[in-house]
Amino acid sequence: MTDPHAAIAAVFRIEFPRLVAGLARLTRDVGRAEELAQDALVVALERWPIDGVPDNPGAWLMTTAKRRAFDGMRHARIADAKHVQLAHDLDATSRDVAGALADALDDDVGDDLLRLVFTACHPVLPPEARVALTLRLVGGLTTSEIARAFVVPEPTIGQRIFRAKRTLAEAHVPFEVPRAGERAERLASVLEVIYLVFNEGHVATTGASWMRPELCNDALRIARVLAGLVPDEPEVHGLVALLELSASRLAARVARDGTPVLLADQDRSRWDRLLVRRGLAALARAEELVAARGGSAGPYQLQAMIAAHHARAATAEATEWPRIAALYTLLARCAPSPIVDLNLAVAVGMAFGPGAGLQLVDALVADGALATYHLLPAVRGDLLAKLGRGDEARAEFERAAELTRNERERAVLLARARDS
Amino acid sequence: MKVMMLMIANPHAAPTAPPTEEALLAMHQYNEELAKAGVLLDLGGLTPPGQGVRIHYSGTKRTVIDGPFPEAKEMVGGYALLEVKDLAEAIEWAKRSPVMGGDATVEIRPLFDPSQFDVPGEAEERAKRQAEKPGKA
Repeated sequence: MTDPHAAIAAVFRIEFPRLVAGLARLTRDVGRAEELAQDALVVALERWPIDGVPDNPGAWLMTTAKRRAFDGMRHARIADAKHVQLAHDLDATSRDVAGALADALDDDVGDDLLRLVFTACHPVLPPEARVALTLRLVGGLTTSEIARAFVVPEPTIGQRIFRAKRTLAEAHVPFEVPRAGERAERLASVLEVIYLVFNEGHVATTGASWMRPELCNDALRIARVLAGLVPDEPEVHGLVALLELSASRLAARVARDGTPVLLADQDRSRWDRLLVRRGLAALARAEELVAARGGSAGPYQLQAMIAAHHARAATAEATEWPRIAALYTLLARCAPSPIVDLNLAVAVGMAFGPGAGLQLVDALVADGALATYHLLPAVRGDLLAKLGRGDEARAEFERAAELTRNERERAVLLARARDS
Repeated sequence: MKVMMLMIANPHAAPTAPPTEEALLAMHQYNEELAKAGVLLDLGGLTPPGQGVRIHYSGTKRTVIDGPFPEAKEMVGGYALLEVKDLAEAIEWAKRSPVMGGDATVEIRPLFDPSQFDVPGEAEERAKRQAEKPGKA
């Protein structure tokens, strides 16, 4: 039933991140580590179809890659101090390969993987480079899988990753976990990358389909891995909670014909109760950690609390909108953005009537920050429709349809314009 | 894709001692590996059939039968629900499962995608609710 190449590809997908992480600690160079990992994969592709997949494929790949690293060091003609030291270190290690193997297989793996996560998400890289590099090195996705996910040509992703590795090398970014002082900011960068990936899958900004659930699963998986690596950080659990809860609704967000279904109209029996349970559990962990420190909820935890309110409401009518509005107010304070303000306006409209919501939306329009964001006119149109101002609503939906780059969403907006 | 992993044992195998500490530790570490890899959604160990019950259905008749079940050739010992990219990945994870006490079988079955099943009348219900929205002609 299974094709041997699929079996080998599955092993690679599982082992690649740890392999790169272990090699990066050795070579101090993420780019070189990836090359060595790729080389080991090539050897595996030659040998495993003949010899069979080894019992411990991770160890086999690590040994193979390290052997190539040692060879590379011995042949290095550059006599600079770094290479001499490295070759010395590697010679010392090669005397105890078994020990080195044990190193790679126990909890050092966790530390190395964490170093890899922080490095791939380094703020010196632009966000899209961080995303591509993280998906490749931490998510174990192939370049073509990443390209398909973002509806971008494969060479573009290849270049993005290449340039990212070069930037890290040129900036001499050390392969390490950030020190206490920098940790919060660096962690925020990691969470942002994961959130960007999830968001892209959740409401795909371009392309024919409205969602790409595979990408949501990739983000969720990396988030869960991170929670295992950094279990004492509340915002990590907050992000996991937010993603689990958002993912719980994926099946209900599209009708059979692919049309998007808004939250208020979703069949809640289609929400994945297992993911809801997991999300609420992660949120509880975040809340415990925050309470223990006497701190306050961070932005991901707040968003997860909002998502939890929706998850707990048996029907759309049962939603506690005033509480959600209060949470958005808190969110606007700790992570201000016009998007948060827009979401607050929606919640206020639901809690206190469309007139109240419209006041806030009009302030946003006047502000100009969301001038090209399609959801601003969409929300305005919805509030106007509720106030019985059909002609104005239609104009807003038409404007929103012009602004969105997603075909499915455009169709829904045009339909609302027609029905206004 | 969601995949169910079932640990299956032979209930009539020669009576074994309860699982050793080593075996329990190996199982615990394996479950930890699944969780650390971000693929584990849920898991559970089932108590022996002697603590269970079967309900046999025949037409409208329901018969409750206490375990153990001498005629059963297989027994589910535990389950894990995984989120993986494809079946090949699930197989690779299953191969890494430690074997508790001699021979065992792990069965992997993908779950049905719930969105494949239309709840009867769902489309009509949604269209009705849309039509009732305020502000519509």
